[in-house]
Amino acid sequence: MIDFIRFVAENRSDLYSALTQHIFITITAVLSGAVLAIPFGIFLTRRPAIANPVMAAVGVSQTIPSLVMFGIAMPILGIGVKTALVVLVIYSIFPILRNTFTGISGVDEKYKEAAKGMGMNGRQVLFNVEIPLAMPLIITGIRISTVYIISWATLAALIGGGGLGDLIFTGLQTYNYNMILLGALPACILAVAANGIIGLLQKAAVPKGLDK
Amino acid sequence: MVRLKNIQKEYNGSVAVDDLNLEIEKGQFVVLIGPSGCGKTTTLKMINRLIEPTSGSVFINGEDVTKVNPVALRRKIGYVIQQIGLFPNMTIMQNIEVVPKLLKWPADKRRERAQELLRLVEMDPEVYGDRYPSELSGGQQQRIGVLRALAAEPPLILMDEPFGALDPITKELLQDELKKLQTSLGKTIVFVTHDMDEALKLADYIVLMKDGRVVQADAPEELLSNPKNEFVAEFIGKHRMNSNFCIDEVKDVMKTKPVTATREKGIGESIALMKSRNVDSIIVVDKAGRFEGIVTIGRIMTDGKNHKNISRLVEEDVPVVKMDSNAKEAFDLLIQNKLDFIPAIDDDNVVKGLITKSSIAKAMAEVVWKGADND
Repeated sequence: MIDFIRFVAENRSDLYSALTQHIFITITAVLSGAVLAIPFGIFLTRRPAIANPVMAAVGVSQTIPSLVMFGIAMPILGIGVKTALVVLVIYSIFPILRNTFTGISGVDEKYKEAAKGMGMNGRQVLFNVEIPLAMPLIITGIRISTVYIISWATLAALIGGGGLGDLIFTGLQTYNYNMILLGALPACILAVAANGIIGLLQKAAVPKGLDK
Repeated sequence: MVRLKNIQKEYNGSVAVDDLNLEIEKGQFVVLIGPSGCGKTTTLKMINRLIEPTSGSVFINGEDVTKVNPVALRRKIGYVIQQIGLFPNMTIMQNIEVVPKLLKWPADKRRERAQELLRLVEMDPEVYGDRYPSELSGGQQQRIGVLRALAAEPPLILMDEPFGALDPITKELLQDELKKLQTSLGKTIVFVTHDMDEALKLADYIVLMKDGRVVQADAPEELLSNPKNEFVAEFIGKHRMNSNFCIDEVKDVMKTKPVTATREKGIGESIALMKSRNVDSIIVVDKAGRFEGIVTIGRIMTDGKNHKNISRLVEEDVPVVKMDSNAKEAFDLLIQNKLDFIPAIDDDNVVKGLITKSSIAKAMAEVVWKGADND
């Protein structure tokens, strides 16, 4: 234990850079994922004909192990952070897209009819009614994405993505348990913390009347 | 004010509304009624273009609305739906302010208007303004639904079975309020229902529809005294009380199954009970069901937090009537004291029902319809 603490102290600059890179990868992947997935999810609710095949395809893609995706992406895009990011963005899209689609399509018809009948145009119905009512589900999607991406980002080290995975894999190759822990522990803590933070964010962003 | 001219609506070849003509005058309370599938809701929704007619025109104040922007049109017409549809993410004030906001009224004017409307139905803006719809009972929610439609002062309001999902007592209260509002504010209302009692109570003009066509459009009295054909007579008849019905006594016109509770009922439970049954008051009884008093939501709201149960909040000094007493006396009592209801008890003081304003309507309907039909 004391041994490990000493090890952490000695390698704190490595830990720091790996951790910041990990956080950077996660935030970039999830934000890009959200920016792509939310509008696309809303678009799909307006196009029921293509929504079903798209959502089915998303469901299938989501079951492909991320390691396989990294394996496929590497020969095409080469190694490095960029490749890792591309794969992770694709993965972060899935839960957010699914939840946005489910959330917006799940808004009760009566609210939409009332809104329309009172003279809101399509955009106003979307922003004043549909998005606020779907907000809990959309944020849950972001939450799921973030936690997944934090764990998958450790695998990104395999294709030169850096982050905490670097420490874990270096440790594995050199049988250095302290090194493994130095990567694994912060990754776990990061996942739990991110989950908590987004939980708080959710409380702030979800319209008040909905949690009653 | 509103004129429907040769309106036709077809869905995949089947005709929902068939060459319908209708003239609605300013300040009139018009009720569209008929069996389900008769096209009444479709007709209503063609006025604000939630449904586009296949052919024909709709004129509002002489202007053909099929040629104007539907979004701008709807902002000038109030709209109330059966499922209420208050936005759960907005407070009561925000819900009322929706249309004024769409019309870009300044914030303080919106706020003032919303407060004024709440006071109009005796809901304190301080108490209710910042609540969310989920914190209100069904009856209160639909009150807000009506206020929301009135907010931007539209001269015309469309209502699609607005009280259809409410319990009978709340329904009557809201009907009374609506009629009062309509007369005092001079609004033109087009109201869809399938409930003849409701139509007779509210309408200046009843449009009875069947299979997408108007069968008879007349003042209520005219409809009752001169039904145009068998269908009209039957449709009215269906809503008639049993003709052997005797209206001499309270028990003939009272509502049964009153909402009762004992003094030991907790405050929270009582609120939940009122909410689930959509009433403003509970009749308090002892274990044997004998009358003790009433407790109102108003009392619970002001004093409830200081008590565990309702026993101290019971108002005992309220009139009651005997079940076998004269119905007319009960009505007089109700009207003179401006009461919402009077509990009806049997000889052992056991609460058996209650007399409300609808009991009067029921009794009068009996008088009106008696003899017109002998089935």
